Amino acid sequence: MHPSVFQTSLPVAFGYVPLGMAFGVLLVGLGYDWWWAPVMGLVIYAGSAQFLAVSLLAAGAGVVDAFVATLLLNLRHVFYGLTVLDRYRALGWGQGYAVFGLTDETFSLLAGEPARERDRRFVLGVTGLNQGWWVAGCAVGALAGGSLPFHTQGLAFSLTALFAVLLVEQWKKQFQPIPAAGALAAAALCWFFLPGKYFLIASICLSSALLVAVPARGGRS
Amino acid sequence: MRPPVEMMAIVLAMAAATQLTRFLPFWLPSRWLDYPLVRTLKAGLPAAILLLLVVYSLKGTSLDQPPWGLPEALSLGLVIGLHLWRRNALLSIAGGTALYMAMVQTNLLNQLLGG
Repeated sequence: MHPSVFQTSLPVAFGYVPLGMAFGVLLVGLGYDWWWAPVMGLVIYAGSAQFLAVSLLAAGAGVVDAFVATLLLNLRHVFYGLTVLDRYRALGWGQGYAVFGLTDETFSLLAGEPARERDRRFVLGVTGLNQGWWVAGCAVGALAGGSLPFHTQGLAFSLTALFAVLLVEQWKKQFQPIPAAGALAAAALCWFFLPGKYFLIASICLSSALLVAVPARGGRS
Repeated sequence: MRPPVEMMAIVLAMAAATQLTRFLPFWLPSRWLDYPLVRTLKAGLPAAILLLLVVYSLKGTSLDQPPWGLPEALSLGLVIGLHLWRRNALLSIAGGTALYMAMVQTNLLNQLLGG
Protein backbone atom coordinates (compact mmCIF):
# COMPACT_ATOMS: atom_id res chain seq x y z
CA MET A 1 0.00 0.00 0.00
CA HIS A 2 1.14 3.52 -0.75
CA PRO A 3 2.01 5.77 2.17
CA SER A 4 -0.60 8.45 2.76
CA VAL A 5 -0.21 12.18 2.16
CA PHE A 6 0.43 12.71 5.87
CA GLN A 7 3.02 9.92 6.14
CA THR A 8 4.83 11.21 3.08
CA SER A 9 4.87 14.80 4.27
CA LEU A 10 5.69 14.18 7.94
CA PRO A 11 9.51 14.05 7.60
CA VAL A 12 9.37 17.48 5.94
CA ALA A 13 7.58 18.86 9.01
CA PHE A 14 10.59 18.03 11.19
CA GLY A 15 12.72 20.23 8.96
CA TYR A 16 10.29 22.94 7.87
CA VAL A 17 8.88 23.83 11.28
CA PRO A 18 12.23 24.57 13.00
CA LEU A 19 13.69 26.20 9.88
CA GLY A 20 10.56 28.33 9.40
CA MET A 21 10.77 29.32 13.04
CA ALA A 22 14.42 30.30 12.65
CA PHE A 23 13.42 32.48 9.71
CA GLY A 24 10.60 34.10 11.71
CA VAL A 25 12.95 34.87 14.61
CA LEU A 26 15.49 36.49 12.25
CA LEU A 27 12.88 38.58 10.45
CA VAL A 28 11.30 40.09 13.57
CA GLY A 29 14.86 40.63 14.79
CA LEU A 30 15.18 43.19 11.98
CA GLY A 31 12.17 45.04 13.41
CA TYR A 32 9.42 43.86 11.05
CA ASP A 33 5.93 42.97 12.25
CA TRP A 34 5.43 39.27 12.94
CA TRP A 35 2.87 38.75 10.17
CA TRP A 36 5.44 39.46 7.46
CA ALA A 37 6.99 36.05 8.17
CA PRO A 38 3.91 33.92 7.38
CA VAL A 39 3.04 36.25 4.48
CA MET A 40 6.47 35.61 2.97
CA GLY A 41 6.03 31.89 3.60
CA LEU A 42 2.73 32.03 1.72
CA VAL A 43 3.78 34.29 -1.16
CA ILE A 44 7.47 33.49 -1.76
CA TYR A 45 7.55 29.96 -0.31
CA ALA A 46 11.22 29.24 -0.88
CA GLY A 47 13.25 28.54 2.23
CA SER A 48 16.69 29.49 1.04
CA ALA A 49 15.35 32.62 -0.70
CA GLN A 50 13.64 33.76 2.48
CA PHE A 51 16.88 33.42 4.44
CA LEU A 52 18.54 35.36 1.64
CA ALA A 53 15.81 38.00 2.06
CA VAL A 54 16.86 38.48 5.68
CA SER A 55 20.41 39.32 4.64
CA LEU A 56 19.20 41.48 1.73
CA LEU A 57 16.86 43.44 3.99
CA ALA A 58 19.54 43.86 6.62
CA ALA A 59 21.95 45.10 3.95
CA GLY A 60 19.43 47.60 2.57
CA ALA A 61 19.09 45.97 -0.88
CA GLY A 62 16.44 47.21 -3.30
CA VAL A 63 13.73 45.56 -5.37
CA VAL A 64 15.96 44.83 -8.36
CA ASP A 65 18.72 43.34 -6.19
CA ALA A 66 16.16 41.13 -4.51
CA PHE A 67 14.74 39.95 -7.84
CA VAL A 68 18.11 39.10 -9.41
CA ALA A 69 19.55 37.43 -6.31
CA THR A 70 16.42 35.28 -5.89
CA LEU A 71 16.41 34.33 -9.56
CA LEU A 72 20.03 33.13 -9.37
CA LEU A 73 19.49 31.31 -6.10
CA ASN A 74 16.40 29.49 -7.38
CA LEU A 75 17.52 28.71 -10.93
CA ARG A 76 17.84 25.06 -9.92
CA HIS A 77 14.04 24.82 -9.91
CA VAL A 78 14.14 24.82 -13.71
CA PHE A 79 15.62 21.34 -13.53
CA TYR A 80 12.97 20.20 -11.06
CA GLY A 81 10.16 21.35 -13.33
CA LEU A 82 11.77 19.61 -16.28
CA THR A 83 11.85 16.32 -14.38
CA VAL A 84 8.26 16.31 -13.11
CA LEU A 85 6.79 17.97 -16.19
CA ASP A 86 4.87 15.03 -17.67
CA ARG A 87 3.46 14.00 -14.32
CA TYR A 88 2.37 17.52 -13.44
CA ARG A 89 0.82 18.16 -16.87
CA ALA A 90 -1.35 15.10 -16.31
CA LEU A 91 -2.73 16.57 -13.09
CA GLY A 92 -5.12 18.91 -14.90
CA TRP A 93 -6.57 21.59 -12.62
CA GLY A 94 -4.48 22.31 -9.58
CA GLN A 95 -1.35 21.94 -11.67
CA GLY A 96 -0.58 25.61 -11.09
CA TYR A 97 -0.42 25.22 -7.31
CA ALA A 98 1.70 22.07 -7.60
CA VAL A 99 4.24 24.02 -9.67
CA PHE A 100 4.05 27.02 -7.33
CA GLY A 101 4.95 24.79 -4.38
CA LEU A 102 7.77 22.86 -6.02
CA THR A 103 10.44 23.31 -3.32
CA ASP A 104 13.58 21.17 -2.94
CA GLU A 105 11.78 18.95 -0.46
CA THR A 106 8.49 18.60 -2.34
CA PHE A 107 10.42 17.80 -5.50
CA SER A 108 12.53 15.19 -3.75
CA LEU A 109 9.43 13.50 -2.30
CA LEU A 110 7.66 13.32 -5.65
CA ALA A 111 10.49 12.87 -8.17
CA GLY A 112 11.45 9.40 -7.01
CA GLU A 113 8.09 7.73 -7.28
CA PRO A 114 5.81 7.21 -10.27
CA ALA A 115 2.37 8.72 -10.60
CA ARG A 116 -0.26 6.80 -8.69
CA GLU A 117 -4.02 6.52 -8.67
CA ARG A 118 -5.68 9.74 -7.63
CA ASP A 119 -2.35 11.42 -8.27
CA ARG A 120 -3.81 14.91 -8.18
CA ARG A 121 -5.10 14.45 -4.67
CA PHE A 122 -1.72 13.06 -3.58
CA VAL A 123 0.50 15.68 -5.24
CA LEU A 124 -1.66 18.61 -4.16
CA GLY A 125 -2.01 17.16 -0.67
CA VAL A 126 1.73 16.72 -0.15
CA THR A 127 2.48 20.15 -1.66
CA GLY A 128 -0.14 21.88 0.48
CA LEU A 129 0.77 20.12 3.70
CA ASN A 130 4.45 20.90 3.18
CA GLN A 131 3.64 24.59 2.71
CA GLY A 132 1.42 24.42 5.77
CA TRP A 133 4.34 23.23 7.95
CA TRP A 134 6.51 26.00 6.56
CA VAL A 135 4.01 28.85 7.04
CA ALA A 136 3.17 27.61 10.55
CA GLY A 137 6.88 27.53 11.43
CA CYS A 138 7.38 31.09 10.09
CA ALA A 139 4.40 32.38 12.12
CA VAL A 140 5.35 30.65 15.38
CA GLY A 141 8.98 31.75 15.15
CA ALA A 142 8.03 35.35 14.44
CA LEU A 143 5.45 35.46 17.24
CA ALA A 144 7.78 33.92 19.78
CA GLY A 145 10.74 36.03 18.70
CA GLY A 146 13.94 35.15 20.45
CA SER A 147 12.17 33.98 23.58
CA LEU A 148 11.91 30.27 22.69
CA PRO A 149 13.69 28.32 25.37
CA PHE A 150 13.81 24.86 23.78
CA HIS A 151 16.69 23.05 22.19
CA THR A 152 16.02 22.52 18.52
CA GLN A 153 19.67 22.77 17.56
CA GLY A 154 20.33 20.06 15.03
CA LEU A 155 16.67 19.34 14.25
CA ALA A 156 17.07 20.57 10.67
CA PHE A 157 19.33 17.56 10.09
CA SER A 158 16.04 15.76 9.40
CA LEU A 159 16.03 17.34 5.94
CA THR A 160 19.47 15.88 5.22
CA ALA A 161 18.17 12.55 6.49
CA LEU A 162 15.08 12.85 4.28
CA PHE A 163 17.19 13.47 1.17
CA ALA A 164 19.45 10.54 2.10
CA VAL A 165 16.48 8.19 2.58
CA LEU A 166 15.02 9.20 -0.78
CA LEU A 167 18.41 8.69 -2.40
CA VAL A 168 18.67 5.17 -0.95
CA GLU A 169 15.15 4.42 -2.25
CA GLN A 170 16.09 5.70 -5.68
CA TRP A 171 19.23 3.55 -5.75
CA LYS A 172 17.38 0.45 -4.59
CA LYS A 173 15.01 0.89 -7.49
CA GLN A 174 17.67 1.54 -10.08
CA PHE A 175 21.29 2.38 -9.40
CA GLN A 176 22.65 4.61 -12.13
CA PRO A 177 26.42 4.74 -11.72
CA ILE A 178 27.07 7.50 -14.25
CA PRO A 179 24.76 10.20 -12.79
CA ALA A 180 25.88 9.20 -9.31
CA ALA A 181 29.59 9.46 -10.06
CA GLY A 182 29.08 12.69 -12.00
CA ALA A 183 27.06 14.25 -9.19
CA LEU A 184 29.63 13.17 -6.62
CA ALA A 185 32.46 14.71 -8.64
CA ALA A 186 30.46 17.91 -9.16
CA ALA A 187 29.61 18.07 -5.45
CA ALA A 188 33.25 17.67 -4.41
CA LEU A 189 34.42 20.32 -6.84
CA CYS A 190 31.75 22.84 -5.82
CA TRP A 191 32.15 22.10 -2.09
CA PHE A 192 35.72 23.33 -2.08
CA PHE A 193 35.52 26.16 -4.60
CA LEU A 194 32.11 27.81 -4.27
CA PRO A 195 30.24 29.69 -1.53
CA GLY A 196 27.08 28.00 -0.26
CA LYS A 197 24.55 30.05 -2.17
CA TYR A 198 25.85 29.02 -5.60
CA PHE A 199 26.52 25.41 -4.66
CA LEU A 200 23.27 23.86 -5.88
CA ILE A 201 22.87 25.58 -9.20
CA ALA A 202 26.56 25.16 -10.08
CA SER A 203 26.71 21.50 -9.11
CA ILE A 204 23.41 20.73 -10.89
CA CYS A 205 24.68 22.40 -14.09
CA LEU A 206 27.96 20.51 -13.83
CA SER A 207 26.18 17.20 -13.23
CA SER A 208 23.88 17.87 -16.19
CA ALA A 209 26.86 18.59 -18.43
CA LEU A 210 28.49 15.32 -17.34
CA LEU A 211 25.21 13.44 -17.86
CA VAL A 212 24.93 14.71 -21.40
CA ALA A 213 28.60 14.29 -22.24
CA VAL A 214 29.32 10.83 -20.88
CA PRO A 215 26.60 8.61 -22.45
CA ALA A 216 27.05 10.44 -25.76
CA ARG A 217 30.65 9.34 -25.95
CA GLY A 218 29.77 5.80 -24.83
CA GLY A 219 27.11 5.60 -27.54
CA ARG A 220 29.52 6.25 -30.37
CA SER A 221 32.05 3.61 -29.45
CA MET B 1 13.27 48.79 8.41
CA ARG B 2 11.33 49.46 5.19
CA PRO B 3 7.97 51.14 4.85
CA PRO B 4 5.29 48.48 4.21
CA VAL B 5 4.85 49.41 0.53
CA GLU B 6 8.54 48.99 -0.25
CA MET B 7 8.67 45.77 1.78
CA MET B 8 5.69 44.42 -0.16
CA ALA B 9 7.44 45.30 -3.43
CA ILE B 10 10.53 43.34 -2.35
CA VAL B 11 8.42 40.35 -1.27
CA LEU B 12 6.55 40.35 -4.58
CA ALA B 13 9.79 40.68 -6.57
CA MET B 14 11.22 37.65 -4.76
CA ALA B 15 7.99 35.72 -5.28
CA ALA B 16 8.03 36.57 -9.00
CA ALA B 17 11.66 35.48 -9.38
CA THR B 18 10.99 32.21 -7.54
CA GLN B 19 7.89 31.42 -9.57
CA LEU B 20 9.66 32.27 -12.82
CA THR B 21 12.17 29.50 -12.08
CA ARG B 22 9.42 27.04 -11.16
CA PHE B 23 7.10 27.70 -14.12
CA LEU B 24 9.71 28.19 -16.86
CA PRO B 25 9.95 24.52 -17.95
CA PHE B 26 6.16 24.37 -18.32
CA TRP B 27 6.24 27.22 -20.82
CA LEU B 28 8.86 25.65 -23.07
CA PRO B 29 7.68 24.47 -26.51
CA SER B 30 6.77 20.82 -26.10
CA ARG B 31 8.91 19.67 -29.03
CA TRP B 32 12.00 20.79 -27.09
CA LEU B 33 11.18 18.14 -24.54
CA ASP B 34 11.64 15.32 -27.03
CA TYR B 35 15.26 16.17 -27.76
CA PRO B 36 17.59 13.32 -26.72
CA LEU B 37 19.52 15.79 -24.61
CA VAL B 38 16.46 16.72 -22.57
CA ARG B 39 15.44 13.07 -22.24
CA THR B 40 18.90 12.14 -20.94
CA LEU B 41 18.61 14.91 -18.36
CA LYS B 42 15.14 13.86 -17.25
CA ALA B 43 16.28 10.27 -16.75
CA GLY B 44 19.47 10.99 -14.86
CA LEU B 45 18.77 14.19 -12.95
CA PRO B 46 16.53 13.01 -10.08
CA ALA B 47 19.21 10.74 -8.60
CA ALA B 48 21.94 13.32 -9.19
CA ILE B 49 19.89 16.12 -7.59
CA LEU B 50 19.03 14.04 -4.52
CA LEU B 51 22.70 13.37 -3.94
CA LEU B 52 23.50 17.06 -4.40
CA LEU B 53 20.74 18.03 -1.95
CA VAL B 54 22.27 15.72 0.68
CA VAL B 55 25.64 17.41 0.22
CA TYR B 56 24.12 20.91 -0.01
CA SER B 57 22.22 20.52 3.23
CA LEU B 58 25.55 19.76 4.96
CA LYS B 59 27.41 22.65 3.32
CA GLY B 60 27.76 24.59 6.57
CA THR B 61 29.88 21.83 8.11
CA SER B 62 33.51 22.72 8.71
CA LEU B 63 35.78 19.77 8.04
CA ASP B 64 39.01 21.38 9.19
CA GLN B 65 38.28 21.82 12.88
CA PRO B 66 36.91 19.57 15.64
CA PRO B 67 34.69 17.63 15.43
CA TRP B 68 35.69 17.49 11.72
CA GLY B 69 32.22 16.74 10.42
CA LEU B 70 32.02 13.53 12.45
CA PRO B 71 28.49 14.18 13.84
CA GLU B 72 27.26 14.66 10.28
CA ALA B 73 29.10 11.60 8.94
CA LEU B 74 28.02 9.30 11.77
CA SER B 75 24.38 10.42 11.68
CA LEU B 76 24.24 10.10 7.90
CA GLY B 77 25.73 6.61 8.24
CA LEU B 78 23.03 5.71 10.76
CA VAL B 79 20.27 7.02 8.47
CA ILE B 80 21.54 4.96 5.53
CA GLY B 81 22.22 1.87 7.67
CA LEU B 82 18.78 2.00 9.31
CA HIS B 83 17.15 2.47 5.96
CA LEU B 84 18.94 -0.44 4.31
CA TRP B 85 18.04 -2.58 7.33
CA ARG B 86 14.38 -1.73 8.04
CA ARG B 87 13.38 0.41 5.04
CA ASN B 88 11.13 2.53 7.21
CA ALA B 89 11.61 6.17 6.22
CA LEU B 90 10.34 7.73 9.45
CA LEU B 91 12.49 5.41 11.57
CA SER B 92 15.63 6.16 9.54
CA ILE B 93 15.03 9.93 9.66
CA ALA B 94 14.09 10.03 13.35
CA GLY B 95 17.03 7.80 14.36
CA GLY B 96 19.64 9.79 12.46
CA THR B 97 18.25 13.15 13.56
CA ALA B 98 18.08 12.09 17.22
CA LEU B 99 21.71 10.96 17.12
CA TYR B 100 22.76 14.20 15.44
CA MET B 101 20.88 16.41 17.91
CA ALA B 102 22.34 14.49 20.84
CA MET B 103 25.85 14.93 19.48
CA VAL B 104 25.65 18.65 18.68
CA GLN B 105 23.73 19.60 21.81
CA THR B 106 25.98 17.76 24.25
CA ASN B 107 29.18 18.54 22.37
CA LEU B 108 30.11 14.98 23.24
CA LEU B 109 32.44 14.37 20.34
CA ASN B 110 34.37 17.56 20.97
CA GLN B 111 35.01 16.51 24.54
CA LEU B 112 35.99 12.98 23.54
CA LEU B 113 38.33 14.29 20.88
CA GLY B 114 39.74 16.90 23.22
CA GLY B 115 38.70 19.75 20.87
